[in-house]
Amino acid sequence: MTENINKRLNLKGVSCPLNFVKTKLKLEEMQDKQILEVILDDGEPMKNVPRSIKEEGHKIIKVEKLPDGGFKLLIKKGGRKDG
Amino acid sequence: MADKFIEDKKNKVKVDTTIEGKTGEIDFNTLKSGGLIKQRQKDMFTVRLRCPGGRVPLSKLEKILEVAKKYASAYVHLSFRQSIELPYVDYRNFKAIYAELEKKGQKVASCGPRLRVPTACSGCEYNPNGLMDTQKMVKLVDEKYFGMEFAHKFKISFSGCPIDCARTNENDLGFQGAVKPDWNEETCIGCRICSKACTEGAIESDVETGKPIYNPEKCLYCGDCIRACPTDSWQEEMKGWVVRVGGRHGRHPIAGHKIAEFVSDQDVPRFIEIITKWYKENGVGYGRTRIGTILQIPAKWDSFVKTLRKELKDKIIESPKPPSKNEIHFE
Repeated sequence: MTENINKRLNLKGVSCPLNFVKTKLKLEEMQDKQILEVILDDGEPMKNVPRSIKEEGHKIIKVEKLPDGGFKLLIKKGGRKDG
Repeated sequence: MADKFIEDKKNKVKVDTTIEGKTGEIDFNTLKSGGLIKQRQKDMFTVRLRCPGGRVPLSKLEKILEVAKKYASAYVHLSFRQSIELPYVDYRNFKAIYAELEKKGQKVASCGPRLRVPTACSGCEYNPNGLMDTQKMVKLVDEKYFGMEFAHKFKISFSGCPIDCARTNENDLGFQGAVKPDWNEETCIGCRICSKACTEGAIESDVETGKPIYNPEKCLYCGDCIRACPTDSWQEEMKGWVVRVGGRHGRHPIAGHKIAEFVSDQDVPRFIEIITKWYKENGVGYGRTRIGTILQIPAKWDSFVKTLRKELKDKIIESPKPPSKNEIHFE
């Protein structure tokens, strides 16, 4: 399944909570159901950011482990509303 | 200058304040039972207010401020058990203070060998980590059990989650919120987020599929996996209170240990009633002794566990541990 990615955000080297703030701001610019691709470092960012995204009502639809140890997340804006 | 306190005592002056149904004579113990603590300074007392769970409605706070300005000092003190204390109060003003505070329903606490004001964190209502409603339980305990008399003091606390801010292992009886997670393989997308969210190492991800391998031995039942899972594949299987008994701080602290887990809100009063009844019966003959010290006597511990099992059956864990010394002065 290939997703149509609307925006991209590379948050490598960006620590908590700035990484989440940037994700949130980017999502605010977007339309409902659009897809944002975010690249996060392993460790604290992967521990905190996905949970905060979920709490804001967005849906993480795909997570891919990258060869350098980071993670690529696809987030559907407001995706948790439609179950 | 004559000592008003000694003179009043000699003249049998009454404090003229009703404390637990008795009109207080000038007697340290009676005063203490009503949350009045004698200060170093002559005639001066600290009035300890009753603020269960550290929650003070603004209407009461305004009244407290008004009373403090009129009868106490330029500051209030927050006690270690979350209650507001008004220092430098002249005992002759007790009656007026009680009457003023009562207008907004603000009560005065209790000291001495009694069940104290219960403490708690903010709980699940707005704290994101909160699993159980600590404030609801604190209200119940305060209304139902506050002031019960024992051989020594008896402290109860509630923590909403395993972070345990209310230090349930340092209280005579502590309740800490916990949630048991359950995983649904069908909806899991193998994203690995749960294994990242779990700080205890209780969830690892399969190298190939990314799906979780759950090790309950390491699980604290905090619910981080449930909150983090993007597909809701981790769900709540069971929620309730972990119960710890026999803890205390002070000169010779004791650590209380778990006796039950996933206890429902409805069962909390049963635990309190059974444990306090046991303490009432078994705390006799040891002087001012906390339940944790009595529970360290092997025969008493056996009797305690037997009583709990008889009354609470399988709610009691398989091999509970008696309270243990947590010595800080003679290590």
